[in-house]
Amino acid sequence: MQWDWNYTWDILPDLLRGLRTTVLATIFGYLIALVLGMVWTLLRRSPSRVFNGAVRWVTEFIRSTPLIPQLFFVYYVLPAWGLTIGPLTAGIITLGIHYSTYTAEVYRAGIADIPRGQWEACTALNLPRSRVWLDVVLPQAIRRVIPTLGNYLIAMFKDSPQLLVIQVTEMLLAAYKAGTESYHMLEPITLVGVLFIIVSVISSILVRRLERRYATN
Amino acid sequence: MPPTDTAPEAPTPEESEDAAAPAEGVSTEKKGARKEDGDGAAAALPHGDAPGIRFEKVVKRFGSNVVLRELDFAVEPGERVTLIGPSGSGKTTILRLLMTLEKLDDGVIWIGDDTLWHMDKGGRRVPANQKHLHEMRKQVGMVFQQFNLFPNMNVLRNLTEGPVRVLGASKDEAVERARGLLDMVGLADKENAHPSQLSGGQQQRVAIARALAMQPKVLLLDEVTSALDPELVVGVQDLLRDIARESDLTMLCVTHEMNFARDISNRVLMFDQGQIVEEGPPDRIFGEPAEQRTREFLQAVLAS
Ligand SMILES: Nc1ncnc2c1ncn2[C@@H]1O[C@H](COP(=O)(O)OP(=O)(O)OP(=O)(O)O)[C@@H](O)[C@H]1O
Ligand SMILES: [Mg+2]
Repeated sequence: MQWDWNYTWDILPDLLRGLRTTVLATIFGYLIALVLGMVWTLLRRSPSRVFNGAVRWVTEFIRSTPLIPQLFFVYYVLPAWGLTIGPLTAGIITLGIHYSTYTAEVYRAGIADIPRGQWEACTALNLPRSRVWLDVVLPQAIRRVIPTLGNYLIAMFKDSPQLLVIQVTEMLLAAYKAGTESYHMLEPITLVGVLFIIVSVISSILVRRLERRYATN
Repeated sequence: MPPTDTAPEAPTPEESEDAAAPAEGVSTEKKGARKEDGDGAAAALPHGDAPGIRFEKVVKRFGSNVVLRELDFAVEPGERVTLIGPSGSGKTTILRLLMTLEKLDDGVIWIGDDTLWHMDKGGRRVPANQKHLHEMRKQVGMVFQQFNLFPNMNVLRNLTEGPVRVLGASKDEAVERARGLLDMVGLADKENAHPSQLSGGQQQRVAIARALAMQPKVLLLDEVTSALDPELVVGVQDLLRDIARESDLTMLCVTHEMNFARDISNRVLMFDQGQIVEEGPPDRIFGEPAEQRTREFLQAVLAS
């Protein structure tokens, strides 16, 4: 097999468009995961034991099932109940929900790490519950978990090719389509690997920088 | 609603309103020593109608470990009481019950003429709800052994957070008061520093200022110098001595520093196993303790 540079340059724009989709799906999915994870965490602190148990069961279930059946469920099963969404939207939502169960765990651990003395100082100052969370607990917890959250961003990026099972033309599917048209798989698939490595390395460097910045404080 | 069952030295609420007549054992030097001009450190301190405190048959358990067994004791309005006693005798637990950091198992705690852990509902005494606890806590401030400053806020914000969010002070008012307090604790130049940039002694002084910024009437101090390097202890103790001298606060203090206890308090309570072994003015407790257990305890503390 020969590496064909002309062919490589021809398919590069398609792959970059795929990469854009991958990055978009990751970023928007991540935003959902960040917010929804916090919602899970706060719900689990409700005074009702039954409710906490239910929330916990749901998040455990989502976390311990693979992403692909979840993608199928959101894209193919939900429309049967009248909820039809495009493949990219379905992919973003699924990624977000799936990873929210991980970020919830990260937040929970971050909150549990806050020294008891901080809560006690809040009581001694008589701070209302909303202020305890907004001014004291969350700012400290989020600081502590930023590096871990960063790692989940990278993990999510690497999981995003799975969106091809619901026909999202992200990078891998774009490469596959190009390859099947020309019967040349070597170039597109290699390019996918190279592009993934480039993005992963860049984001690892950023995450490590974040880690260093927040570890020293 | 006046309490029914009365420990001998406890004030009834009617009496406790009459704070001008100090009860036996309360030093009178406090009033005379207060600065008349109202500027300087004293201006930043809370003044006026500090409530008394009374424990009635207070029970506190941790699992099967009964820490306080029907404890009765009282602190007069404006009185400064030091709790001493061996480790595990329940001193911290008493302060934490007053700060509502631990739940009361049985008995009643009075702050002034209100019950801390109970409220009145149609003539019946029922467990307090959050609103009642919130109101009651406004009177009480606490300084912790480990400072517990908020590391995500600078010094000024540590001092203004409570006044703005809880007391409804305007930002400007709160900042002005905070600066006054920082001046008093000798840290006027540190308002923009974060707690991690301060020494232990400085952090504790900020923590004292933060507690005072809430304008409490009762101040609880739990071994506030025992986490400090030895050379930083004196500064914090001197500050607390000034505060004791120049404010009307009712103070409850746990300490292993007997000289400090002697300077700061009107009365010393010796605890063992959740019970008062003996009590009296510091000079008598430290000079001629009546009880064997007190003598042993004091010897052990002095030897260490
Ligand atoms: N959160 C808790 N859970 C279980 N037991 C506790 C708890 N807090 C205190 N205790 C127990 O209650 C008893 C009294 O503790 P407390 O902290 O009030 O003692 P102390 O007099 O302050 O002692 P020290 O001089 O060591 O500070 C001890 O036996 C302690 O083990
Ligand atoms: Mg203690």
